[in-house]
Amino acid sequence: MMMEKWRASRRFLRCSAAVSLFDRILTPTSANSACNSAFGFVNHRGSQLCNENQKRKIGTCFHFLRGDRDTTLRTSMGTGIGSTVGLQHRCFGSAASKVQRNPLFSTLNSDDISYFKGVLGEKNVIQDEDKLMIANTDWMRKYRGSSKLLLQPRSTEEISQILRYCNSRCLAVVPQGGNTGLVGGSVPVFDEVVINLSLMNNVISFDKVSGILVCEAGCILENLMTYLDTQGFIMPLDLGAKGSCQIGGNVSTNAGGLRLVRYGSLHGNVLGVEVVLANGDVLDMLGALRKDNTGYDLKHLFIGSEGSLGIVTKVSILTPPQLSAVNLAFLACKDYYSCQKLLVEAKRKLGEILSAFEFLDNLAMDLVLNHLEGVRNPLPPSMHDFYVLIETTGSDEAHSKEKLEAFLLHAMEVGLISDGVLAQDINQALSFWRVREGLSEALLKVGACYKYDLSLPIEKLYNLVQEMRERLGASAKVIAYGHLGDGNLHLNISTPQYDDKILAQIEPFVYEWTSMHRGSISAEHGLGLMKANEIFYSKSTNVFSIAREMQNNLDTDLCTYWNMEVRAKRLS
Amino acid sequence: MKIMVAIKRVVDYAVKIRVKPDKSGVETQNVKMSMNPFCEIALEEALRIKESGMASEVVAVSMGPAQCVDTLRTGLAMGADRGIHVEATGALFPLSVAKLLRALVEVEKPGLLILGKQAIDDDCNQTGQMIAGLLNWPQGTFASKVVLDKEKHEVMVDREIDGGLETLCLDLPAVITTDLRLNQPRYATLPNIMKAKSKVIKKFTPQDLNVEIKSDMEVVQVTEPPKRKAGVIVSSVDELVDKLKNEAHVI
Repeated sequence: MMMEKWRASRRFLRCSAAVSLFDRILTPTSANSACNSAFGFVNHRGSQLCNENQKRKIGTCFHFLRGDRDTTLRTSMGTGIGSTVGLQHRCFGSAASKVQRNPLFSTLNSDDISYFKGVLGEKNVIQDEDKLMIANTDWMRKYRGSSKLLLQPRSTEEISQILRYCNSRCLAVVPQGGNTGLVGGSVPVFDEVVINLSLMNNVISFDKVSGILVCEAGCILENLMTYLDTQGFIMPLDLGAKGSCQIGGNVSTNAGGLRLVRYGSLHGNVLGVEVVLANGDVLDMLGALRKDNTGYDLKHLFIGSEGSLGIVTKVSILTPPQLSAVNLAFLACKDYYSCQKLLVEAKRKLGEILSAFEFLDNLAMDLVLNHLEGVRNPLPPSMHDFYVLIETTGSDEAHSKEKLEAFLLHAMEVGLISDGVLAQDINQALSFWRVREGLSEALLKVGACYKYDLSLPIEKLYNLVQEMRERLGASAKVIAYGHLGDGNLHLNISTPQYDDKILAQIEPFVYEWTSMHRGSISAEHGLGLMKANEIFYSKSTNVFSIAREMQNNLDTDLCTYWNMEVRAKRLS
Repeated sequence: MKIMVAIKRVVDYAVKIRVKPDKSGVETQNVKMSMNPFCEIALEEALRIKESGMASEVVAVSMGPAQCVDTLRTGLAMGADRGIHVEATGALFPLSVAKLLRALVEVEKPGLLILGKQAIDDDCNQTGQMIAGLLNWPQGTFASKVVLDKEKHEVMVDREIDGGLETLCLDLPAVITTDLRLNQPRYATLPNIMKAKSKVIKKFTPQDLNVEIKSDMEVVQVTEPPKRKAGVIVSSVDELVDKLKNEAHVI
């Protein structure tokens, strides 16, 4: 019994793991000691020292990890399966979580490797350094783990066996999909075993009448889109990372994306999931029914749980029919107030055909034009302050075009839009989307980027950007863009290098500001490693406690947001 | 000088086309249709010539069913001054199109006729050459650069040919067909879309132009190319050698 609770927390000590580029493999003993000496990490409870140390550590991390790394790393933004971290300290407003490897977790030995090889076969147990390097590093190159083992199961049964074994051996694991997450949730923190679902990429069934797709969690989103295209349907979500991200990860992160304003969130579109719990039990909630009111709908716990409650292995999702009339307009507005009014008007005048409403400001446009290849300004040259992308999807080309043109011309007449272009064919539409979707990539190219994904009341959204600009002055560029239709701001602060002084100006100010306006510190990216600590800015403590109780009941070992010292207390 | 540009309404370049189950053609119902990319380039070139002051008017012409008017509106939104729609149902092969264009040239009397090098639905690459023949005008096909000399009444055209680039000097009036690298077409801005609503599109029928559309060609069947077979991962060098020897017969 004790053992079970013991295993319940799978986060463990990180030390110089992230710092040294070359020192990927750490032995537990060196880790423990190096940590304390090298960076003066203090293991005291409630110590405020952790703030300083964390920042310094992260500063050094980024310094090493940033730059012209591995070209094999995928270059798309998005979300992935997350695994989050248990914390030794609850340091509010710290740059990143202060994590320490829990000595209760075991380390790999050769028996473990043999067992895994027995279950998965030789080929799918990977210890090759180059492949591990890729699996250990996230897309933003901000986080690097030191895992020594990568497993690639091909079926739910194999995952169940692996997890049952890891549970019994007290080995920590991290589930991984496309590894496109932006909050460090898809890579190991220390030497967790990486369970990568890429080989589970089969479409199990598709019902052409209802549009319900059942597939394995490792299917890449873009491949699903291509498959559905041949059937006359589309995926209800779309994000810049679609070429690499996997549906299991999207579901585990409750990914938002560009079309949420039209099709809603995954909570509404996912009809069922199959998950494997930490102890190896398989939960079959893979219903393919539109309506099923038979008791608590537990799948919602797993959607957005970032891998902390179980590994999603199959997904059943409702896909909308593909409509032929898609139109895209790229517009310029003179101020933020016009953008807001435009949104209100668009919802009313375009109504049922509105399928995306995105915005970016002039600094974002500058960035993309200067740093991304093959991108041209859709509008005639002359800088505007705000740009808005409006997409409509309808079933009748003539009707949609008429509606959209009428709306745009009216908006122009009343001064809501200062200029705009309408895409005349699909290629033009793709090049407009490239401007918006390429922002993450462009940001990585110019240097260091502090990325924040916030949900805020639409009227107040841009005030944060302006205040941040005042705070930072000339030391950093504040770039803003996002899903204005959902009230989701992607705030990016771009500096030539990672700098603790700048970070101190940003955090905790940005979280406090968000909290003050009852916003969310993570609209769609999830908490991961980056914001695990900051959950209290958007969730009250009693809500958090109930959530943790639920997690304990599921006896999860995978990973936890929760404070490990509390867990340790419970064991004794 | 007037420039006439012929534009064609085709299945959008980015759409994954499907063959109709009865193999009579490609599925065009419920599929996005747009202006042929080469025709866009042709129109863009005409607009640039006009903007440089060497032409007074750009007229866009399209032939086909009623929906061609949408494509013409796009052309007008890009900046063409007037549109002409020749309404014809049924298949229009290049020779018919060339004959209709000849009739229109006699009406409009342009100094330059610019077309896309080919349409992406039939890939014929014939209309420009045929109309030049019918009109007995010089032709500069696969143009990747066009430089007009108004005084000398001629145009220098760089052509993309197999060996590289060939530069021709043509007397006006002439026919030019455009290739991909000639220019990057502009987008249709909202103010121009607004203006386009009041621009005129004149309608003709083949009878008005005294052209009889009869085709001596008939599409018998359209099939998809054979699907690419998946690659096979071999497990050893011996197996590879064996396959090369016995299956592919290359060694």
